[in-house]
Amino acid sequence: MKTAVIVFPASNCDRDAAMALEKVTGRKAEMIWHRETEIPSDIDFVVIPGGFSYGDYLRCGAIASRSPIVKDIVAKAEKGLPVAGFCNGFQILAETGLLPGALMRNKGLKFVCRPERLTIANGNSRYTSAYGNTKEVVFPVAHHDGNYYADDKTLNILEKEGRVIFKYADNPNGSARDIAGICNDHGNVFGMMPHPERAIDPLHGGTDGLTFFKSIIESI
Amino acid sequence: MKAIVHIGLKPGVLDPQGRAIARSLTDLGFDSVTGARQGKVIELDIKGNDAEKARQDVTDMCEKLLANTVIESYRIDIEN
Repeated sequence: MKTAVIVFPASNCDRDAAMALEKVTGRKAEMIWHRETEIPSDIDFVVIPGGFSYGDYLRCGAIASRSPIVKDIVAKAEKGLPVAGFCNGFQILAETGLLPGALMRNKGLKFVCRPERLTIANGNSRYTSAYGNTKEVVFPVAHHDGNYYADDKTLNILEKEGRVIFKYADNPNGSARDIAGICNDHGNVFGMMPHPERAIDPLHGGTDGLTFFKSIIESI
Repeated sequence: MKAIVHIGLKPGVLDPQGRAIARSLTDLGFDSVTGARQGKVIELDIKGNDAEKARQDVTDMCEKLLANTVIESYRIDIEN
């Protein structure tokens, strides 16, 4: 089982993501710089970490989503490679079009940084299957632009197809239909604003994130 | 040549920053303000003098990077 974390200028959750992957797989994650042009063919799972890639210039995630490595991520994700993006990683995935919709400025205009209760909206996905009967988890959020937007037609499709994976119990940012995390139509690409990689150790205040990583790793 | 690209949120997309600006203006006594939308302007220096080609190129740039057409619309002005 080999995993990789993409590193952009001003990524700041890349090491957290690597720690989470190592904890669950027992093997160090490969750190891949954004100027690289190819994800090695033996990589089984890619994480696009949080942060403020390119200083959030133009739009959050816009510049990163056009970087050389992301072109290859898009190509491989379309062939089924599991890819997850958290926070800025979700913004990047939305900018590539791998995930529908966009992340806009928080409705309350404030940067929100707190533990967030999430309900598991689909417990049968590749990213939640190990949660069993657990209905609610707590992951930290820390973002200014996490207000998920998509048109009604897209939102209806996401809900109907079970592609809304997590919902906010107490919506922190104005996201449409309380959506926190979604996946693509094949279920291999996942994005959400909250940080499961910051909930993997009792010192973090909780370990709910470990089961998230176990779910996707076990599905491979 | 210069290409001036105006990018803004599409009508109907909530613009909390614009709303805060409008509220602040009415707080200052500008009662005539009934709404505000915030956008951005990007000035591009373009070589050559073929305005039609420049417009096509910049449209392509907007579709590929400058605007997120899920939520934003754009307008291009070409200046010689």
